[in-house]
Amino acid sequence: MSEGDAASRVGYDEWLDALADGDGFYLRNGGDEATVPPAPGRGGLEREPLPARGTVEAVSTIHVPHPEFGDDAPYAIAVASFGPVRLTGQVRGVDPEAADLERGLEVEPTVVSKGENEDHTESRFVGFIPVEANPSER
Amino acid sequence: MRDVLIAGVGATDFGEHPDRTGRELFAEARSLALERSAVPPDEVDALYYGNFMGETAEGQSHGAPLMAEGLGSSGLEATRIENACASGGYAVAEGVRAIRSGAADVVLVGGMERMTDLGTEGTTASLARAADELYEISAGMTFPGAYGLLADAYLSRHDGTREDLAHVAVKNHANATTNPKAQYRQEITVEDALEAPRVASPLGLYDACPITDGAGAAVLVSPEYADTAGLEPKAVVTGSGRGTDALSLQGRDDLTRTPAAEAAAETAYEQAGISPGDVDFAEVHDCFTIAEVLALEALGLYEHGEAIDAAREGETARDGATPINLSGGLKAKGHPVGATGVTQLVEATKLLAGTHPNADAVPDASTAVTHNAGGTVATAAVHVLEAVDAEEVGA
Repeated sequence: MSEGDAASRVGYDEWLDALADGDGFYLRNGGDEATVPPAPGRGGLEREPLPARGTVEAVSTIHVPHPEFGDDAPYAIAVASFGPVRLTGQVRGVDPEAADLERGLEVEPTVVSKGENEDHTESRFVGFIPVEANPSER
Repeated sequence: MRDVLIAGVGATDFGEHPDRTGRELFAEARSLALERSAVPPDEVDALYYGNFMGETAEGQSHGAPLMAEGLGSSGLEATRIENACASGGYAVAEGVRAIRSGAADVVLVGGMERMTDLGTEGTTASLARAADELYEISAGMTFPGAYGLLADAYLSRHDGTREDLAHVAVKNHANATTNPKAQYRQEITVEDALEAPRVASPLGLYDACPITDGAGAAVLVSPEYADTAGLEPKAVVTGSGRGTDALSLQGRDDLTRTPAAEAAAETAYEQAGISPGDVDFAEVHDCFTIAEVLALEALGLYEHGEAIDAAREGETARDGATPINLSGGLKAKGHPVGATGVTQLVEATKLLAGTHPNADAVPDASTAVTHNAGGTVATAAVHVLEAVDAEEVGA
């Protein structure tokens, strides 16, 4: 089995484990294609280190929550770019209604879970931690 | 490629129908379409039925044979189409394909959704299932949240404002005031929209379509069948396109464009032999105000980044250059998700045929477009409709 075939079989939980351990990665083929697991059936993929910092491309503060997140509302969800890949996650460590929570904010990726339930492994997802409170001062 | 004729259309009122089952709603739309087409029920060769959340709303999968009861023979082909909010548009597209290919001469396309019994929480959870479960739903994504992200990206890139979006809502509410089937038939102001509670920033309550029960149906026939049966077709489907994109937003190259709809429009226009400049009016998928802006650009009615002030400038109003969502759109007419793509066909057909209450806004219209999107436009179906007297119907 080639490395590319093995990479295509990496599951999302394994990818989250790596991200939580500070070893975040993405998958890239020889061309322009880049993604994060799972990527079943997509050959020629190799692991590349995920950039330590990313940039928020879009953010929305959700006031009418998904019922499973009812206790967390309002919460901010964002799509952020990390080099050639984008991730979706909740922005943590900042007021979800803060004015400076906006496109262009620099963030670090992490793994978080709903509410305070640290052990609820099935509900893990990507979190974004702002690098600084005010990116305009960088 | 032979033409596909719309022999008859029908729809329920849109709104809350707490005492009616899904099969009752669909039966009403189906009966109206069949009666108006003058096609006997046992002549139907195939049913394509759009439905998204039958499992959560009514505990019902496998809805196609249920909705086909009383139609045709045991040889009838009945198929449910599920592509989230584009289920109805894809049902239409499958019907068009079946007739064009010669596989069928009479097809019933339809859709139904019951949503209001689910309430806001249940509807929010059900609609979220059209997003990517691993990347998005697991992180608390909602449908307003997903369109909030698209709106944030678009407004940032193109210097748009919430007020620009409010004008879309105001326009569509105004159109709905004279559509007796519409769910919300009251006018709103820009101030109403801007002051409404936020749902998912930058979108507020009046940026969002309502939760709706309803059904729609259309009878599609081949020119040969229409001729033999002596039917009087109401409109002609001359273009039918579909497109697909990554399901998750993070898989997209550009959050300010909808390439699935762009591809669907290109295909539909090419089949119809038209360009965007030929479009007299359109019914587009405005599940949120920003979605109408994205739709206008995907359909080529505006350049990328330039549709944001179309409603503010009155260009898409009923007396504008290209009226958009004369029915009231999903925003005010209502959005029974699995039916919406068919109900757009119903509204556009009646507008072309002059039988719609708002048809006086487009008395000379010959070409209309419908634009139906699934999820955050991960799927899209675009259809070109032409008035019967504008199109020389051919086999």
